[in-house]
This record gives sequence, C-alpha cells and structure tokens, in this order.
Amino acid sequence: MAKNAWPSADKRSLIGKRISRLDGPVKSTGRAKYAYDISRPGMIYARLLWAPYGSAKVVSIDTSAATQIKGVVGAWPEMKDGDEVRFAGQVVASLAATSEEIAHEALKSIKVVYEVQTPQMNDVLLEKAETKEQRDEIPDAATVDKTFNEAEVKIEGHYGAAAITHCCMEAHGQVAEYRDNAMYIWPSTQNVSAYAAGLADAAGMPASQIHVDCQYMGGGFGSKFDSDQWGAICTRIAKETGKPVKLMLERDHELMAAGARPSAFANVRAGASKDGRITVWDSTAWGSGGMGGSRALGVPYIFGNIPNIRRVSRSVRTNRGSQRPWRAPGHPQSCLVTMAALEDLAAAAGVDSLEFFLKNLDYTERPDVYREELRIAADLIGYKDKAHPRGDSTPGPLKRGLGISLHTWGGAGHKSESTVTINPDGSASVNIGTQDLGSGTRTVVGIVVAETLGLPLENVQVNIGRNEYPASGASGGSTTVGGVSTSTRDAATAALNALFEKVAPALGVGADQLEAWQGSIHVVGDASKSMPWVKACSLLGQIPVTGKGSKPASDGTQLDNSGVGGVQMADVTVDIETGRVTINEFVAVQDCGLIVDLKTAESQVYGAMIMGVTYALYEESIYDPVTGRMLNADMEFYKLAGLADVGTLKVHMMTGPGYDERGVIGLGEPPVISPGAAISNAVANACGVRVPTIPLTPNRVLAALEQGGKLA
Amino acid sequence: MPFRKKPEEPSGLSRRGFLKTVGAGTVAGGLIGESATPPRASAQAPALAGPGPIPLELNINGKVEKVSVEPRVTLLDTLRNHLDLTGSKKVCDRGTCGACTVLLDNKPIYSCSMLAVEAQGHAVQTIESLGTPEQLSAIQAAFVEHDAQQCGFCTPGFVVACTAFVHDHPNATLEDVRAGLGGNLCRCGTYHGVTEAVLQVVKTGKGGA
Amino acid sequence: MNAFEYAQPATLDEAQALLTSASGPVAVLAGGTDLLTAMKQGIVNPARVVSLKSIEELRGIEVSSDAVRIGAMTTLSELAAHPDVARLYPCLVTAIKGIGSPQIANMGTVGGDLCQHPRCWYYRNGFGLFGMNNGASLVLEGDNRYHAIFGNDGPAKFVNVSSLAPGLIALDATFNVRGADKQMRDIPAADFFKTPSAPEESLTSLAAGEVLTHITIPAAQTRNATYEVRERHGLDWPLVTASVAYTDAGGSAQNVRVVLGHVAPTPWVVDAAAKTLEGKAIDEAAAAACGTSAVADAKPLSMNGYKVQLAKVAVKRALLAAAG
Repeated sequence: MAKNAWPSADKRSLIGKRISRLDGPVKSTGRAKYAYDISRPGMIYARLLWAPYGSAKVVSIDTSAATQIKGVVGAWPEMKDGDEVRFAGQVVASLAATSEEIAHEALKSIKVVYEVQTPQMNDVLLEKAETKEQRDEIPDAATVDKTFNEAEVKIEGHYGAAAITHCCMEAHGQVAEYRDNAMYIWPSTQNVSAYAAGLADAAGMPASQIHVDCQYMGGGFGSKFDSDQWGAICTRIAKETGKPVKLMLERDHELMAAGARPSAFANVRAGASKDGRITVWDSTAWGSGGMGGSRALGVPYIFGNIPNIRRVSRSVRTNRGSQRPWRAPGHPQSCLVTMAALEDLAAAAGVDSLEFFLKNLDYTERPDVYREELRIAADLIGYKDKAHPRGDSTPGPLKRGLGISLHTWGGAGHKSESTVTINPDGSASVNIGTQDLGSGTRTVVGIVVAETLGLPLENVQVNIGRNEYPASGASGGSTTVGGVSTSTRDAATAALNALFEKVAPALGVGADQLEAWQGSIHVVGDASKSMPWVKACSLLGQIPVTGKGSKPASDGTQLDNSGVGGVQMADVTVDIETGRVTINEFVAVQDCGLIVDLKTAESQVYGAMIMGVTYALYEESIYDPVTGRMLNADMEFYKLAGLADVGTLKVHMMTGPGYDERGVIGLGEPPVISPGAAISNAVANACGVRVPTIPLTPNRVLAALEQGGKLA
Repeated sequence: MPFRKKPEEPSGLSRRGFLKTVGAGTVAGGLIGESATPPRASAQAPALAGPGPIPLELNINGKVEKVSVEPRVTLLDTLRNHLDLTGSKKVCDRGTCGACTVLLDNKPIYSCSMLAVEAQGHAVQTIESLGTPEQLSAIQAAFVEHDAQQCGFCTPGFVVACTAFVHDHPNATLEDVRAGLGGNLCRCGTYHGVTEAVLQVVKTGKGGA
Repeated sequence: MNAFEYAQPATLDEAQALLTSASGPVAVLAGGTDLLTAMKQGIVNPARVVSLKSIEELRGIEVSSDAVRIGAMTTLSELAAHPDVARLYPCLVTAIKGIGSPQIANMGTVGGDLCQHPRCWYYRNGFGLFGMNNGASLVLEGDNRYHAIFGNDGPAKFVNVSSLAPGLIALDATFNVRGADKQMRDIPAADFFKTPSAPEESLTSLAAGEVLTHITIPAAQTRNATYEVRERHGLDWPLVTASVAYTDAGGSAQNVRVVLGHVAPTPWVVDAAAKTLEGKAIDEAAAAACGTSAVADAKPLSMNGYKVQLAKVAVKRALLAAAG
C-alpha cells in the first residue's frame, strides 16, 4: 500500500531536483495562449470609459453619439446620474465595436458631464489626512514612555513606503462567448475554480453553466482574485449581443484601477541598551489603500517579543483605486519600518548590524532558523570583508554599504481537490482546478504525480486551469503549492492503491506490500518480485482507475506546513552627488520546507528579489493632488527595474534534514518582503543617512543627504 | 565618404506617388536561415491611402501575408488581431516594455510603435519564426534550462530581443548583456534567468542558430 | 488613435506637397516612437500622416573634411555605429547609448529625436501643453519632480527631451531645413528650439511645410562628452543631462560650450558658465566651479530642487569626461 506521505530523500527521483517547467517551451516560443490572445469567430472588442477625476458627481452620461458610429455594436452607461466618482479610473461607461481601433476612438464620443469635487489625495502628512479607523495597542503607555526616556541608546525616525500598483504584464480582462445556453470564459485569473461565481448575475445563469478556461495568465501578484466589474461587463455584453467579446484593460486603466499596494508611513521611537539589546518600541503608523483605507501595520515586524511596545495605527482614506492584496500584504511595509528603525538603533548604539540582529533574535519566533540563515547570507555576500560602521569613509562620491533584513510568512496549503487517473495503457493524468501564475504550479502538480507513481514526468498529463476540474483554492498568500501538492499526492496515492489491488494477486502478495518505483511495481523487500508499469496497468482491463484526493488529505495526513523565515542582505553603491543607487550584490537565504521543484523555487526567490529592487528603488504610483489623476499610469514613468538594475543575485534555499520533513510550504510571498528594508539599510550604511521613504530615488536620496549635512 | 549610396533616381512609379518599396532583397541574411531572402511584397498603394482599410502585403516570417487594415492599425495589432500571431504581446502599447518586440530586417523593434502599412517591403520576423516547442532555438532552449520565464508574458519579446542580441554580440560579456537588453521589461523578475541564458548561448557559440 | 489618411512618398517634393495640401491637421511620421504614442494618447490627432521613411535622401551620413552631414531620417543606431561619428562626437554616442533600448535606437531617427513632443505627464494626460486646469497650472500645484528648473517663468514648465540636441548645440551644429518653396535654409542648432508662450505656438523654428532634412556638424576636432543622470540603468528618461565641447589648445580650453538637457523647455545653453573655463585647463576644481556657475540662475519648482544638484554634477562630470 502506497503511503500518503512524502518519500524519504533516498526515494525521491524528482522532488527537490532542478526540473525545468513543463510550459517553458510553449512560453518561450510564443505558443502559449493567454486570455489576451484568445480569438473567437466574430469576436468584438469592448472598452471601458473611466472617470478622469478623483472625486466627482456624474451629472449625465450620453452614449447616443457613440452608438451611431459605424462598427460600434453597443454602448452602455455603467454609472447612474448622480452617482459619486470616488477615484480616477472608476468605470463610467462601456462600449463594444468590431475592432479595437473603432472601440478606442468611439469611446471619445460618449459624453459624460461631471460635477468635479476636490479629491482627498494626501496620505503622507498624517495631520492633514482623512483618517478612518484607529487601531491602537497601548498595553502600558507609562512603562513604554519611561523605558524610552531611560534607554541608553534611542532613536526617533520617520519611515515610509509609497503606494505602488501591481502592473501585471497581462492586463486584467477576459474573453466571453455565449453559445448553446452556456457561457465560455477565458480570463486572466488567479482563481479559476471560483471565477464563475462572480459572473452568474451578468451571465444570467448559474455558475454551473459558466465554463472557465485559463491555461496561462500573465501575472497577478494578488490583483486577480475576482472576476471584477470588467469581467461582469464583458460577460453581460456577450450575452446581450450574442457575440464573443474581448475586454482587456488598457495599460493606463490597469495601473490606476486594477492594482494598488497601500502606502505606509510611521514615526518610530525605539530604545536599546548600549550593547545593542532592544528595550522598547513605540510607533505611530498610517497608510492608505485608497477608498477602503488600509490595514494596520504589523510592527515591530518579526521582533514581536520586544518587551515594551506601543503601537498606534491610523487608516487614511484617499480618492485612489482600492487596494488589492499585493504579494505578502502588509509585510514589506511592516518589514521596512521595523528593520530600518532597528538598523538605525544599531547604528546609534555603534553596534554592527549583523551582531545587533543576532543579539535580539530571541525576540523573534524562529531564532535558530534566522541565526543559521544570517550566517549563510553573511558568507555569501562577504559580510566580514565588506562591513563597516554607518557611512562609508572612502573618499569620492561613490559610497558602498551593506544592509540586512529578516522576514517571515505562513504559507500553509489552501483547500484543494484533485483526481489522478491511471489508464490501462500506462498513461496517467491529473485534473485539478488550479492555475499557474508563473510560479510553476503546473510543473509541481506533474512532479507530485510522477513521483508518486514512479513514472517519468513526461508520462503524466497535467490538466489545470478549468473550473470543470476538481476545485482548488485561489493562488494567493503562498497557499497553492501546499494545497495542490497535498491533494495531488493524496489522489495519486489513491489511484496507485487501486492499481495495487489489481496487481497484488499477480505478484502473489498483498496490496499493502507493493510500491511504485522507477517505472515498475515492486514488492517491498523482495527485489526479485516486480512488474513493469505498463504491464501492471494492463491488468486494469478496460477501465481506468481514478483516485480522488484533497487538502486536507483524505486520511488526515499533513503534507504541508506553515511558517518560514528568510534573510536577505544587499550590497549597494550610492553616488552621493547624484543620489543614484546601484545594486552590486543581493543575497537571499530562504527556507520553505520540502521543495518540490528546486529550479522554479529558486526562480520564485530571484523574481521576488527583482520585484523588490523595483519597489525599493523605482516604482511608485504618482497622483495629481488637484485632479486626483494617476500621472504615471504608463510604463515609462511607472518604473519597473530593468535587467541592468538588479545587480548580481545569489539565492540559497534551506533544504535537507530539519527542513524537508516539515512538508511543503509556500514560497510566493516570503522573499518579496525584505528587499525594501535590506536595500534601504544598505543605502543608510553606505551614505551615512537614512533615506526615510522608498522608492530610494535620487530626489529622496539627495534630500536626505542634504538634511543630514552630507550633500557633496 | 558617404555612408550610404546616393539615393537612386526615383522610378517613374514613385514619381507618380506610389508607395516606395524598399527591396527586401537588399537586406542582409536573416537570423533564421529560411527567411534570409523573404519574398518581395508589392506595395502598390495610392499616394494617399485610407483612412479606411487598405490592402497590404506584408513579409511575415518569410511568407507574404495579405491583410486589409486601416492605416492607423499598428504592426502589433495587425499581427495579433488579423494574423493570429499572438506571440508578440501587447503590454504597454507605448514603446517602452518590449513585449511586442519583433525583428524588422533583422533588427529588434517595437511593433506597437510602427504602423502595419510602414512594414511593407520589410522582412518582419516574429517569435513564431524563431523555433517551435518541439524544436527550440538555442536561446529558447537556454530560456527553458535557466527558467528565464515565469508568467511568460514578457518572454516572447525577450526571446526576440535576445536572439538579435547574441547574433550581434557573439562574444558578449555580462556588462554587454546588461547594456544591450534594456529595451524589455519583466514584472515577475526573470532577469537573472535571462542573463544566464544569454551568457550560456554566447559561451556555446550557438547564437546564430 | 483617430483614423487618418496616410502617405509614404519617395521624394521631399512629394512629401512637402502632401504636407501643405492637407485641409486638416497633418503629422510627419519619422521613427514613430513618439508620434504613435502621442496619437494613441490623443494629444496629436492628425487627419493626414506623411511618413518620411521612403525618402532616401533623408538617410545616411556623409563625411567631408570640414563637416559631417547627417540625414534627418538616419536612425539613432546608425548614427551611433558610424565610425567617424564615434571618433568625432562621443557626446552624441553617449546620448544614444544612454537611451538604453536597442529597439528605440533602431526605430528612432535623428530628426524625430529633435522634434519630439514633451513627456510632461500633465500634457500626456490631456491637460494641454502647459498642463492647465481651470486656468491654473497643474504643474505648479501638483507633481513637478521631472519639470523645468530653467526657463520656466512663462507658462511652459515642461522639459525638452531630445537626446541629441544638447550635444549638437555644444558641437555648433547647423540644422538644414527645406521650405515648401524647395529653398534650403540653415538654422544654428541653438536657435532651432523655441519656448512657446501660447499652447498653439511651435516648439521649433520650423515654419509650416518646412522639413528638417539634415544636420551638419563641423568636423573640427573637439573634446566633447555627455553625462546623463537617470533613475534606472536601462531604458529611462534622463533626469538631467549635460553635453560639453571645447577645443583643446595645448592643455587649455577654448570655445567652451556647455548645454544642459531635460532642465528647460528647450536645451539650455549656459554660456556664462562656459566662459569661466576659457583658456583654463579642465581639472576637477575648474569643472566643479563651472557646474556651480551653470546652475546659479536655476529656479526650481516645488519638487524639483534636486535637479539643480544633478545639473551641477552633470556639468562637472561631462567636462571631466571630455578632458579624459
């Protein structure tokens, strides 16, 4: 009987190895079809008209002129007269035409009259901001004040992270086609199994008649869980016109309405003993995620067991598109505020940063993991040779520095169901209603089935991305790998055991004495008794066997786990005459339990570091304070790091004993948490002053240098 | 000494205001062997074309493709919406991100920033001409090996840009790679893999494949 | 973008006839990297587009003993790859390499680079060339981190974004222009760019129907260089650039030209600062002093004071780069 547990290290043929992703060839040859690429006979193109003001009242919407234009199939108001516009980018009207070009031009013929109001755009200055909720945690104010006042070393600082947006390469959107009393949807989504539920009203039919197919999707990062208003509009137009409809957001709309990571700012006071032992944390934090405000920062991040903590939080409302979960929601901002303040404290104490963090690890939940990771990261980046006290004293404008940050994440698997089928011809397939965001989910599912059945990866047909398959959770919060690997292992084990029942009599043993390994079915402990896989499968006769699996696993076995730690160190050069920051080297050390595919796991970390360089140095959503318009809703001034910006990256995954036996843990979020903090700390170490707010653009770096009296 | 030959006396054809056909035969050998000498497309449009749809003959991946599009339709939208060549992606649509990169007479360009009508008489190569899933080009095989793709949406544009890069820089160093691939952006963060992939192809000398 | 009629004539005569005969707005299409974007953004809405791509006489580089003559439709890649250009004018090659995108360099043309529309985000978002809303300047009230620090007294607060213009001015280039009457006229590079005081005014000295056909640069041996400051290391707009050129007369500088880019509605010539270097050796101290002098008259807006520092440093570094 195959056991529903991960095989031991000596029995792993695929798990933990560097395996190329299954869809690499179709992606690199341009053959992979994304939602944006779907074309259907007679398809029309829908476009959305969005409000150009952060705050306004809709007086009237007139679509009549647009509907008269040749090629326009229809135009529809999406707001009512008198409705409030609450952010620039809010959908006001929709239109469909026979070509993209006609749709784009005709949109200008929809006449909307607004009563423009003054938007609330400020999130930086707390005293002038419109605050919503107050979530304060002040267990013992008097002790906090007293401890701070009496601290041998103290700092007071301001830290912040500007709002950013997701900027998925593939815009949000979908193709919808109504035929045979069913709706067929090709979306770009992180949530295949649940996508249809959001469209039932628009389609005028139950979700059971809505077929969703997403084989490839061009990035989500937390912004593509819902079918969204535009999904509903596209579906409604398909139903109403009877024509297939493609509706993908244009880039400007994508940036202002389909993504947002809240800003975060904090005033921090912290104290320590002169040898670098933290004694007190006192922070007032605020931020804005648009109309909905923002959740409270989790500060002090990781070092939650600091003895005296006061935490004041304010949520700021602004007339911006509402926040969406952005990879590790809240963590990068909380991490930045905490690690920057603590690094400032270390500098004030005159204690080396690495020593400072090591000295206070007992205030974290996993000191042993961090200690080991700090040691490895320090070796990888050459910490001993490069470290210097704050402020590089080398002559000339180029100053070099090191920065450290630590992070954590949960990463337990989400709910998931899966079926694995073994056919009489020896082929195997897996059906699971998950999606591959580029994280390698398709490959992970295939590896788990192949490993379980003892087959080469290419013998397994992996079917994902359709809501007809057994339901699996949305891909967010690093929950996918734990979910799909558990349900798939469970299903493959069930299928294999069904096969064993057929094979056992032929080998003259009980099914519980069999194992599948390297293309054969063996009797455990008797090397002489085995049967090749294909012959064994032929014993199934006419009927394939299908095993069902789930997360949580059917027999209650836990194959996943939760809780990881990671350390990152950055080595940067700051040109103190221009304020320009260059990444020299950037190191990540990360644990994530049992790694299913080392190659795609490492890619997740490299990718997260690169995304981190982008938010640490370049990207921010810039809004006009007067009109509320996002000014850089494009890709020239909404700046993503390029290939030349990221320096030399090194990734070390914590694997082997002590890690593998924990089970599978998600990896999408953790490595994206620390880059802002590590790079900000490296910049402070290099140039001798803290640049309070990321991204660390020349204007901010020069301002900090000037304020610190260090401007050349 | 002039860099180029003096322009030839305009032919009677062009004097009458016909669209000038730039002979594709004058183009140096294609990066991919079979399209080295793409068929010459005739371009007999009147002096003023449009604004309605006009017939075009485009040399795409070594074949003459006939389409009818308005002059305002970009090369990218023509490839995607009229020829179902969807490997070239539409991301920024403003000549910044590189996801729409194609080769025009062997040089990488942004197909979103060129009108289809302008592409007449030139050899256009899209990602679809650079290998198949079954027979990957050297760059594509290296992309797979070094996992230079995650969501994959920027990947075809990157592959096209990298293909031209290694062709033009057969001895490229890391610094050359960083300086020479700035015209493509990725959000998932695949630059590490892309860099490794390009350096591997350079090292093995398969850039011309 | 709106529908338009299109022509791709083979001769300048035809092109200019098409430009002057149009009844509606007309646009000249060169490399397309700027115009197509502007048309998609709806800030340029021509009824007729005339492409210059098939006009062979507008392409190529001719080198004679006293001048280098560059066709306006020469691509930026072709210019940077030309051995004589690389030898004589490193300030231009640096500016082209600085663009960071091979695709842009392969498409963009010399003429197109010089005749770009500003990238001011208020302009690009539909608030007009001056970024006005209800009679007030959004640039002044809003986010002006990338706007002008010189020449911003009038309504124009945007910056000229040409990569080549500062270098060409520093090199004393001449812009050769052909009128609708087929007559050629020469415009000194520094006089080509205009700061409009009304939205309908032109950004260049080109009259209606005129086409920039060539750029002529003296072939005299000068020391010249460009230094650019960008946020990113790849494709990005510069925050500030400085191009400098001078004649090296036995270790002392003569005919010094210092031109800043991305700091004003036109390329910004700082002759007074340049004069301080006349007859001097270019060393760290002299270069730094020139940088300081170059920004003495800067008038930063609410958010772009850092560009003053960048301009100062860019001048210094460009001079030191030229001095080798």
